[in-house]
Amino acid sequence: MNNTSENVAAYNFAYLDEQTKRMIRRAILKGLAIPGYQVPFASREMPMPYGWGTGGVQLSAATLTPDDRLKVIDQGADDTTNAVSIRKFFEKTARIATTERTQEASVIQTRHRVPETPLTEDQILIYQVPIPEPLRFLEPSEVETRKMHELSEYGLMHVKLYEDIARHGHIATSYAYPVQVEGRYVMDPSPIPKFDNPKLSDCAAIQLFGAGREQRIYALPPHTRVVSLDFEDHPFDPSKADAPCALCGDTHSYLDEVITDDAGTRMFVCSDTDHCQTRRAAGHDKEDAA
Amino acid sequence: MTQMKDRTMIELENVSKSFTLHNQGGASIPVMSGATLRVAPGECVALFGPSGTGKSTLMRMIYGNYLADDGRITVGTTDVARAAPREILALRRDVLGYVSQFLRVVPRVSTLDVVAEPLITLGTDAQAARDRARGLLTRLNIPEHLWPLSPTTFSGGEQQRVNIARGFAHDYPALLLDEPTASLDATNGAVVLSLIEEAKARGAAIVGIFHDAEARAQVCDREVDVGRFTPVAA
Amino acid sequence: MTPLLDVRAITKTYGARIGCKDVGFTLWPGEVMGIVGESGSGKSTLLGCLAGHLAPDTGEVLFDTRIDGPRDTLTMSEAERRMLARTDWAFVHQNARDGLRMGVSAGGNVGERLMAVGARNYGNIRARAEDWLDRVEITADRMDDRPGAFSGGMQQRLQIARNLVTGPRLVFMDEPTGGLDVSVQARLLDLLRGLVRQMGLSAVIVTHDLAVVRLLADRLMVMKDGHVVEQGLTDQVLDDPQHGYTQLLVSSVLQV
Repeated sequence: MNNTSENVAAYNFAYLDEQTKRMIRRAILKGLAIPGYQVPFASREMPMPYGWGTGGVQLSAATLTPDDRLKVIDQGADDTTNAVSIRKFFEKTARIATTERTQEASVIQTRHRVPETPLTEDQILIYQVPIPEPLRFLEPSEVETRKMHELSEYGLMHVKLYEDIARHGHIATSYAYPVQVEGRYVMDPSPIPKFDNPKLSDCAAIQLFGAGREQRIYALPPHTRVVSLDFEDHPFDPSKADAPCALCGDTHSYLDEVITDDAGTRMFVCSDTDHCQTRRAAGHDKEDAA
Repeated sequence: MTQMKDRTMIELENVSKSFTLHNQGGASIPVMSGATLRVAPGECVALFGPSGTGKSTLMRMIYGNYLADDGRITVGTTDVARAAPREILALRRDVLGYVSQFLRVVPRVSTLDVVAEPLITLGTDAQAARDRARGLLTRLNIPEHLWPLSPTTFSGGEQQRVNIARGFAHDYPALLLDEPTASLDATNGAVVLSLIEEAKARGAAIVGIFHDAEARAQVCDREVDVGRFTPVAA
Repeated sequence: MTPLLDVRAITKTYGARIGCKDVGFTLWPGEVMGIVGESGSGKSTLLGCLAGHLAPDTGEVLFDTRIDGPRDTLTMSEAERRMLARTDWAFVHQNARDGLRMGVSAGGNVGERLMAVGARNYGNIRARAEDWLDRVEITADRMDDRPGAFSGGMQQRLQIARNLVTGPRLVFMDEPTGGLDVSVQARLLDLLRGLVRQMGLSAVIVTHDLAVVRLLADRLMVMKDGHVVEQGLTDQVLDDPQHGYTQLLVSSVLQV
């Protein structure tokens, strides 16, 4: 009974049973039909804790076909615990091919980043979402927030940005920065850095968002217009650390700050590991930026 | 002048009033019956009679403060006994002024604004309204350093003069005066009487209660004994 | 002239219990109406029905809208009613915490209604919020503090600023001075009276405090057991009450 392949054979393709996948696919289709609208779904218990991407995993499970090639990233990196374990999970339960290359992947599950490489219409990007309701921190009532979405009463979202400016002198929200989809639903883009917000708009790929604990799915069909909220006199600014990558010299990619010793020495490197490696393989290095 | 006196500004016809005390066995106390009175523009009529005969009650009925049981009370073109609240409010704003013995104002409003308020309510420019208020306060000898203060802390005589200034801020065509000279010294009493004379001269119809016989003689054209309207005990 | 609010035959029951029964009145522009009565008299139920917080069993609440003239707010869509509630209407709760966002700064609280109707210029929003805080006597240096740091009277004044910033035409107030110290009450009343006069507001004020209506209300409605027992000019109802209950109410006030 310790034979691993026998155990795996006991699983349905991609872990979830077919009825559950159908239920999730219906929610996905509804989400695509109403871009930015949070569709409730009967989220299943997954063999991982909430907060580890149970929403994203269920979307991937319902989306993957045997021919797909899956890439999983966590904060841009393919080699962190969360990314590795989810990749292994699908290797084991769906026996599908995986990759770390953005261009080669047909389905990409991500936590907190959008890849630097522009996506194509053959790709699906699946976001893991902790709290899908952008109005939640100011309006605790679910009944009221649903009503606000229904009636497009979104003044409250600007109150949040107002509070930012009043307190910090600028809009200090730097991730999970609220967006409005096609002039209708206000949406939480998941905790991606605001640097990534412009990539959501007019994206060629399908973008799906899953919140397992909160039991919500929402979606952006290809080439959807997504606008980051702002004020006329405090326009949206998708800024990032003002430095080149210390490894590949890119001045346009989103950077992680890495502390390298106890004396506080720091370096900035691409958060998207595939992007960085691809550039270095093509001969770029830190001298590029000089 | 004769032309003016042919017209009637304030008219009471066969007005009666009783108070029913529902919480004291439903006792009904008749206080007035058959009250009839006509006041022409430019005329000042004094109500007299011992206290308790209903002088104030009659004034309050004309002002719409007390409801009449029966009869007709007309001020200008308004039938006070039957008018809707907003008609009475409009009447009080435009036509009918009332100087009571008590000043009832909100604590934080300045004396100047208390006096100017009736004009501002009528849409008079605030500057013009305050100029008018300054003039009246000066005439009534309210020291200028008191103008920015609320009159609630003033002495009785000062409050009475502020009240009079407020009552004369707008040129009401009809005026009710409840003892306007009561707590005033000779100088200020004379100012009030001249204000009344000026109001008469511009055609105001005035009903007043004056305990001071000299004052009454100086400004009143007629006297009406309210005792005539006291109901005969059943 | 068209009445601003024309209320017809409002009845609201809670099972067998009467909330309010067959209440009607007309409120004209610039008029302030007080509704008095003891707890359970139905005055708050009535206010809830007028302001769209409660659905009455029967009746009409015709409001003179800016664009379409008189419309029954009970049959209009919820979206329209909520739009009215944040533009032409205001609601001042007895407990300021019910009317404020406690997690948002004073400036943000005032600015919310502006942002809700589409204001998107931070500088302008802030300037208008500051102006309104000044009008309710809250200094600019408290603008970025949260309401939790304010006294009860300040919270109530903040709630008023938050409500009036969009220049509403009709204000509903539910015991606006309840629970405040007497000296704080006087200041609030004076402020309210000034604002009502300056802005030409119409208002419906529910209170059990006769001094409040004496100062603020042009007209008065007295309620008992869900019924209107008497209505008229405020000073007339208070000085020459006709109904036994009103006489009891007036004579029960302690003289100072």
